[in-house]
Amino acid sequence: MILTLVETDLDGAATEVSLEAVSFARDISAAGNGVPVDAVVFGDVSEDLRAELSAYGVRTVHRVGGDDVAAYSGAGWASAILTVRDAAGSVVIMAAGTDRGNELMAHVAARSGASMAANVLSFSGLTPFVVTRQVVGGAAMEEMNLHQRPAVFTVAGHAVEAKPADVSGAGELVEHTPTIAPEDLVARVVSTAEPEADESGDLTSAKVVVGAGRGVGGADKFGDVVELTELLGAALGVSRVVTSAGWRPHHEQVGQTGSRISPDLYVPCGISGAIQHWAGCSSAKTILAINSDAEAPMVTRATYAVIGDLHEIVPAINAEIRKRGYGA
Amino acid sequence: MVQPLGVLVCVKRVPDITEEVVLSEDGQSVDGRRSGFTMSAHEECAVELAVQMVGAGGGEATALTIGDAEAVEQLRNALAVGCTAATHVVGEPFAFGPADVAREVAAVVRDHEAAGRAHDLVLLGNDAADTGDFQVGIRLAYELGRPVVNGAHTVTVEDSSEGAVVVAVGEGPDGQETYRVPLPAVVTIREGGVEPRYPSVPGRLKAKKIPIEERQPVSEPRGPGRVRMVLPPPTPSAVQILGEGPEAAPAVVDVLEKLGVLTPGKVAP
Repeated sequence: MILTLVETDLDGAATEVSLEAVSFARDISAAGNGVPVDAVVFGDVSEDLRAELSAYGVRTVHRVGGDDVAAYSGAGWASAILTVRDAAGSVVIMAAGTDRGNELMAHVAARSGASMAANVLSFSGLTPFVVTRQVVGGAAMEEMNLHQRPAVFTVAGHAVEAKPADVSGAGELVEHTPTIAPEDLVARVVSTAEPEADESGDLTSAKVVVGAGRGVGGADKFGDVVELTELLGAALGVSRVVTSAGWRPHHEQVGQTGSRISPDLYVPCGISGAIQHWAGCSSAKTILAINSDAEAPMVTRATYAVIGDLHEIVPAINAEIRKRGYGA
Repeated sequence: MVQPLGVLVCVKRVPDITEEVVLSEDGQSVDGRRSGFTMSAHEECAVELAVQMVGAGGGEATALTIGDAEAVEQLRNALAVGCTAATHVVGEPFAFGPADVAREVAAVVRDHEAAGRAHDLVLLGNDAADTGDFQVGIRLAYELGRPVVNGAHTVTVEDSSEGAVVVAVGEGPDGQETYRVPLPAVVTIREGGVEPRYPSVPGRLKAKKIPIEERQPVSEPRGPGRVRMVLPPPTPSAVQILGEGPEAAPAVVDVLEKLGVLTPGKVAP
């Protein structure tokens, strides 16, 4: 069986990247004589979620609950995942390549003496099971042999499309209430604070992101870009140069050491497109770059570009949006 | 007042890549000879945190790396910003997989402890800038039988009725998460909580005088399971230039309309 961790959002719905991971699991299943795909979910499983996972071809939805997993702990949750594995006998354990997904799979691999491949893009063959994964923030790839069982890995965001199965799975709900060893609960979350309200919005799930980089020129020069962000109902993301200079807070950073975004539209203003930044925004469907340098990597990789001073161009775009009667 | 603390901070010499990745001929590593080398951004923050903690309460901040002879540069940089000791496990870094690295770090911790130098807290980066394995700190915690907090941006040590605890704060999926974990512990660091300081000239001079402990790996590395590294095929630019300067604004808004990302405003034009 292939066991896939499915993460849920605050509304209890499966995250897009988790559905991608389930779709990836189905591809492995198809290559391996239809090995069943199961899902493991922490917290509540609504009927909508169960039905959706069934539509994605999931045979069994393992719901893990109980006091010991109510608060997050990497070791505790990994121990619970392995309890499910022991009950159902999986040969592959996988998750989406999120912070949580990578953390939990690292715990699962360490506990089961297996290797772990982070941010896998594809696989070639099952015997041996060789995966191709992102390294250097996605600027290069590594082919890696994952011959041990269980094979443990995470799927890079947007490596595959999330799409329902041709044939639904049974989607049977099975409850697990594991008892976790006390030593696995030592490092657990004791409190969670609401995120600060600011322009960054929810960067990782935003459909439109406006980016701002070195070209903005200073902490007090973000007015036009913030206005464009508001007019588009977008989230604001910035490059590492901007956070290092102290112009904007770190949690707005998009990049290898910041957030990874995957919007339908990304509008980077004054961002050259160094690897550090590209690692965080390469999953954008459409990029509309505003930059003074027509040769900048961000411009050559973009779908659309405007060349010139962003402090002249962005106010003109804002005015044009208003003129046509738009603006969130 | 917190007892003097022993902090071990693990750093990795990685290529300082901004534009183009070049691979070694055998495809086993990233060739950094043209780009130069640095340590991962997360680790610069881990070093800063180690130096701040030891500066506040006293103790020892030891930098550790596994790497070839040139990796001494990263240890000297850590010493120049305030680490008080350094250990260099000499080996070809690309021959070591994440489990190998964890085993070597654990051996250093145990050997130092046996010699009376406790590393109450081990800090590592959340993931290396080159190999991006996302697991060494967690594997190390299992090697040492210690609790681990992953991906914290802020770390402090406090005294409590149960002894010294590390308070680690990081970003979780639902907001900022706080962990309180008794020492000894392992914490992996993400960039964003502290601003790494630059080495001063006196700092660099002082760093040169600190002897670096050099040691050999305790076991033959089993390796990372790497078949080879490859570069993505170059994609020819297909950019459509909408224009130059503010005159391009109508063409931009045409595209925004086409993409369906505009919503009618509350106020009529």
